[in-house]
Amino acid sequence: MKYLENCWSANILLLRRVMKSKTDSLLISLYQKGDEEALSALIHRHQRELFTFIFYKINDEDLANDVFQDTFMKIILMLKEGRYNEEGKFILWAKRIAHNLIIDHFRLKSKNVKVSETTFETDEYSIFDLIREPSENIEDQLVTLQIQEDLMRMLQFLPQNQQEVIKLRFFDGLSFKEIADHTNMSINTTLGRVRYALINLRKIMDENNIVLTR
Amino acid sequence: MKKNDSLKVKALKPKKQTIDFLLNYSKSLELVKTKSKNFPISKN
Repeated sequence: MKYLENCWSANILLLRRVMKSKTDSLLISLYQKGDEEALSALIHRHQRELFTFIFYKINDEDLANDVFQDTFMKIILMLKEGRYNEEGKFILWAKRIAHNLIIDHFRLKSKNVKVSETTFETDEYSIFDLIREPSENIEDQLVTLQIQEDLMRMLQFLPQNQQEVIKLRFFDGLSFKEIADHTNMSINTTLGRVRYALINLRKIMDENNIVLTR
Repeated sequence: MKKNDSLKVKALKPKKQTIDFLLNYSKSLELVKTKSKNFPISKN
């Protein structure tokens, strides 16, 4: 009996060593042909990297385990359905799936708000948080107005072209590409111009001891 | 030499139960092949 157990362990070790030498593509191909050991090798190979990736995005070990599990359940289904295309590295594909699941989780969490009366020691929202007046109070409004006025005054010290890109980028919310198209400049010139504008604004703030935060 | 406190060091690795669940989940699926698509269905 002991001899059989030893043989079994030796076989497992040998199998693991053989699997270890195989590429991800080969393991996927073996798994799609029904070799369950190939999936085990794939999970063991990437478990640390994928789990670390998930953990540092959500900072909760139990939740990270759930997301890791959901990620591989999706991977298993897609591999079995033959929907995996060898477009890039397996781990990048797995991380993309995990990333999307994390986004789904936070989206769902923001929709399902638990309400309780007193919630000092839990993550739940207090009913008093929900009935709080959401708009800015008069003090916040005055501070916002002051910041806007200071910023507009500082902008006037910048060259015309830098003023334009700052307004397009931060007031109108245009992307760098849209600004480049709008101003007939290359993206690199646009990036450089915004960068110099911000450096100049910081210099003006330092020289005049202006603070634009609340 | 600095000693590692196993309670403080985060083992960034999924739980064994998670891995076991995944392997069992995979084994529990059976593939139904049609002309256009493969459908994994649960054997349980």
